[in-house]
Amino acid sequence: MAKMTDGTLPARATGAPKVAFFNDPKTRSLIFQGLALALLVFVIFTAVTNAVTNLRNQNIAGGFGFLDQTAGFGISQTPIPWSESMSYGRAFLIGLLNTLLVAIVGIFFATLLGFVVGVARLSPNWVISKIAYWYVEVIRNLPLLFQILFWYLAVLASMPAPRNSHSLFGLFFANQRGITVPRPIFEPGSGYIGIALILGIVAAFVVRSWAYKRQAATGEQFPVAASMVGLILGLPIVAYLVTGMPVSFDYAQQGRFNLTGGMTLIPEFVALTLALVAYTAAFIGEIVRAGIQAVSYGQTEAGRSLGLPEGRILNLIVVPQALRVIIPPLTSQYLNLAKNSSLAVGIGYPDMVSVGGTILNQTGQAIEIIAMWMGCYLTISIVTSIFMNWYNQRIALVER
Amino acid sequence: MTTSFTRSDLLLPLPPPASLVGPWGWARANLFSSPLQALLTLVGGYVAVMLLWTFVDFTIIRAVWTGADRDACLDDKVGRSVGACWPFVWAKFGQFMYGFYPADERWRVNLTYGVAIALLVPLLIPSVPQKPLNAILFFGAFPILAFNLLYGGSIINPWLSVGGWLAILGGLALVAGYLMSRVEGPPNVVFLQWGGAAIAVGILLLLLVRTGLFAAPALPVIETRQWGGLLVTLVVATTGIVAALPIGVALALGRRSKMPIIRLLSVAVIELVRGVPLITVLFFATYMLPLFLERSPDAMVRVLVGVSIFSGAYMAETIRGGLQAIPKGQFEGAMALGLNYPRMMSLIVMPQALKLVIPGIVNAFIGLFKDTTLVSIVAIFDLLGGIRAGFTDPQWASPVTLYTGFAFAGIIYFAFCYFMSRYSIFVENRLNTGRRR
Repeated sequence: MAKMTDGTLPARATGAPKVAFFNDPKTRSLIFQGLALALLVFVIFTAVTNAVTNLRNQNIAGGFGFLDQTAGFGISQTPIPWSESMSYGRAFLIGLLNTLLVAIVGIFFATLLGFVVGVARLSPNWVISKIAYWYVEVIRNLPLLFQILFWYLAVLASMPAPRNSHSLFGLFFANQRGITVPRPIFEPGSGYIGIALILGIVAAFVVRSWAYKRQAATGEQFPVAASMVGLILGLPIVAYLVTGMPVSFDYAQQGRFNLTGGMTLIPEFVALTLALVAYTAAFIGEIVRAGIQAVSYGQTEAGRSLGLPEGRILNLIVVPQALRVIIPPLTSQYLNLAKNSSLAVGIGYPDMVSVGGTILNQTGQAIEIIAMWMGCYLTISIVTSIFMNWYNQRIALVER
Repeated sequence: MTTSFTRSDLLLPLPPPASLVGPWGWARANLFSSPLQALLTLVGGYVAVMLLWTFVDFTIIRAVWTGADRDACLDDKVGRSVGACWPFVWAKFGQFMYGFYPADERWRVNLTYGVAIALLVPLLIPSVPQKPLNAILFFGAFPILAFNLLYGGSIINPWLSVGGWLAILGGLALVAGYLMSRVEGPPNVVFLQWGGAAIAVGILLLLLVRTGLFAAPALPVIETRQWGGLLVTLVVATTGIVAALPIGVALALGRRSKMPIIRLLSVAVIELVRGVPLITVLFFATYMLPLFLERSPDAMVRVLVGVSIFSGAYMAETIRGGLQAIPKGQFEGAMALGLNYPRMMSLIVMPQALKLVIPGIVNAFIGLFKDTTLVSIVAIFDLLGGIRAGFTDPQWASPVTLYTGFAFAGIIYFAFCYFMSRYSIFVENRLNTGRRR
């Protein structure tokens, strides 16, 4: 059947070689894609058929209707008001907010610690660079869940009972029930401070671009950094004073048996954040080290021969070039941190997976819950990627 | 008589100042070059020494090494402040290593470890010859043997069924090759004959399994429920990485394919899996997979499926990196020789690409080894889960039990991961020889 010699002339004579239709790359690619598609349709069809049968056998109704039902379980950390009579949908939303909270706090501190570790790795000081090296080695070679459990069970659980909390300056308290910090109380008028802060940030960037333009045109310099800090910090402080100091703090009081007042961070949150920060910072540290080392030493030497002071060499020459190398892998570390926050379920921090798991156990709506998890994580991933790609493009090398 | 005031011989150079050479000079340059550095050195050194001392003091100096129960590790009974309670680990050692695998059958696990080491070590040492054979044994034959030994059941049947399926697939491939051979020249009938024969043999083997003739030499079946501890950690990590390679190669090739549907599907799978945490994939495998199948598979199998899909998607990106590092000339050279796509990939491109990504594969394995701890969340007891379960035993309840367990788990995880990362660095340096100056 392989012979398709329908013509009268030998193939060689006609110029284009004659091939069987199934040897034509186009036909073949169509066949393969058709097969793949058929397989996919078959798999989906079988899966859906089975799922429908299985769900009917288990008496579970499909769809997202269950989200309106009453949840009836408590949640230990609620950024928005919560009571057990509220719906599953709201419980899941609280889980999502808790995930976002731990991810944002974690990313902020992991970046700080990571840069410190990366710079310490390159320190000329032998002790400091060795400490940073072993920090990275130890942290990177231990599983994250192990570290979370360690912080949770071994460190925080061994804190004293609330009646004899560890205290720092009488402001911060640490005990078995978590870490207590002063709670800010916003009175009417405090909104102006927020507006002042936003204005300050906008003004600071306006001043910066004006100063750069002026420097490019005239060569005159302007104290950009100082004026930016002044605007961003100064305007809110002025607003605070002008509006009559509407923000006060509720400090925790050491009572006989317990602490009263203040704002308590639950131990699950503290353990998870500490572990995520320590873990991710080790990876970020390596990225920062690699980024700095990727800038050739000739760049620093060239800066010196131009007569730039060391600070400016770092600021104007090394860091901008290092950032180009650092940003893409840093993005994936941020994404990893956000995804790793799902390990919260191991210690019962009420994040999306933890709360969702409870809902899953109560209602048996596995497909819907897992789809919601995946949808939320994918959205977080995509939004972070888009933001970091935008930032990366801004600082990328502009070539002629 | 005139005297010359000029020296006739050269003065030897003075030695460098004492403050620049020797240990003192080194310390000045690297530890105390400025007041700030000196302060950092002292503070950092203090913290480092304290941490190290705490660890050594706890695990060795103040540790208790022998004992029968918790009394050996209580401060009051011993009469001093007690460090690590190692008798707890000795008593639970079997559980930490094998879970509830019956004690009489643990030789099977040990034998599996032995075979794994015997096959893996030569594979990892570059100078040992016969790499392809070694790889086929490790990635092809060893999994069947490991299944045989760890799970039990008939000793011969798994080989027959895997052989049967391989023969059928190979036969089908040969028939397809015959159908697709070029129009010019005689069609290669040999392909057809061998293909038919292979399919026939395959069907025969599968029928033979069905008859139950070879059920006889069998090991007692140990259900996966009874597995636990380091055994589960290693089984999950190894299965994950062995399954990840073919999945990763397929997805990576799919992503670089010119066929839009194949490419789209591959990208969708890779990005979907990489965009979500492992724990949701595990939940997917544990709770959703049974809904999609007629029969719910074993809990361990479900977890293994989840881990394989997850690591496969990450492996695909690692391998794609290797594929992109192969210069275009290699592809063009292969095409100029008239090789078709499967041959171009399997003979020219893949061997080079896979070699480039060995460090990446080892890193993926380290990541997977650490990630296996997550299976304890879906109720499979790995090393960490087993140790956590050990904390609750009232017979060993003492203030130091928790820390001892963490120290033990930490040392094991660190030892495995550190060794693997060293190996990855070693391979990287070996591959870099051409580029190093």
